[in-house]
Amino acid sequence: MIETLLWLVGYQLAGELISRTFSLPLPGPVLGMLLLFVTLAMRKSVPESLKLNVPRFLSHLSLLFIPAGAAVLAYRDLLAGFGWQLIVVLAVSTVLTLLLPGLLLKLLLARHRHKEEA
Amino acid sequence: MNLDAAMVVIRTSPLTGVFVTLLAYKLAVLFNRRCKGHPLSNPVLIGVLLLLTWLLATGTGYRDYMKGGIMVQMLLGPATVALAVPLYGNLSRLKRAAGPLAMTIVFGGLVGIVSAVGVGWLLQLPQQVLLSLTTRAVTTPIAMSVSQGIGGIPELSAMFVILSGIFGAVIVKPLFGLLGLRDDMVLGIATGLSAHGIGTARVFQLSETAGAFAGLAMGLNGVVTAILVPLLAPLLH
Repeated sequence: MIETLLWLVGYQLAGELISRTFSLPLPGPVLGMLLLFVTLAMRKSVPESLKLNVPRFLSHLSLLFIPAGAAVLAYRDLLAGFGWQLIVVLAVSTVLTLLLPGLLLKLLLARHRHKEEA
Repeated sequence: MNLDAAMVVIRTSPLTGVFVTLLAYKLAVLFNRRCKGHPLSNPVLIGVLLLLTWLLATGTGYRDYMKGGIMVQMLLGPATVALAVPLYGNLSRLKRAAGPLAMTIVFGGLVGIVSAVGVGWLLQLPQQVLLSLTTRAVTTPIAMSVSQGIGGIPELSAMFVILSGIFGAVIVKPLFGLLGLRDDMVLGIATGLSAHGIGTARVFQLSETAGAFAGLAMGLNGVVTAILVPLLAPLLH
């Protein structure tokens, strides 16, 4: 467990440092993820502790978003002020952003496979 | 006995925040199993509703709750980093599809911004709300900093992110089932683009491959959006 935390917190910290130092548009954890991915690809294997603990950790990813939901309480007046329009906007935009890229990727993958086979 | 003092501890101790969050999650997971994983019994949705019920019932304010809540939320950073591991497990699929994936993620970033602002504009929402909508599809820290940079309201942006993340997590499986989109990679990428981390948590339950690609799309969409929004925002002024 300690080893897993050292890997994950270490890469997050590295991500934060690089992101701040070079004023990059991406937050530390996302950069940390990309850096760890590159490290694993170079090392061509996953350390035992990560192999064991990461799937267990990620199976509870939902837990970590619950505190953010409490913010609805603090900003409910702000949200209520715009009412139904906001619900429509969020619902339509979320569905479109699921659908259009999903369909595009399906199309591109089919063409890609076709080309590889040809 | 000093019941007033006890109530103060319950409302303001960080321990209460941690405990209540864990309990809300545990109950939400049990409920989700009971409903055989029905999309509407999504653990984030139910967990948040349980937590809000507790906060309202005990009269606990958001700030007091967050003294403990932040300790759970802090683990989001390491969890995001951890997404690199399942992603590496899909390295060969990732390499083979690199071109289509890159195109889809840039396209998805644009759709995320334009669809939210476009519909909001049609419904005549005020300008500051439109600016706060630009970052609807990306993970909270990126959304808040980008929104602030272009004159939006960061807290409002965070709310939009969370609400659409929950909505996306609930809707994705029925929607893709209806359309016969069954590829795990397609499911993951689309979910990561539209519903960021909350969607990622959802598709992880469906397949590890989908979760890994969702994490990738979430991260890269953050970059695309952080670059595009400041370029497009002047159009709204």
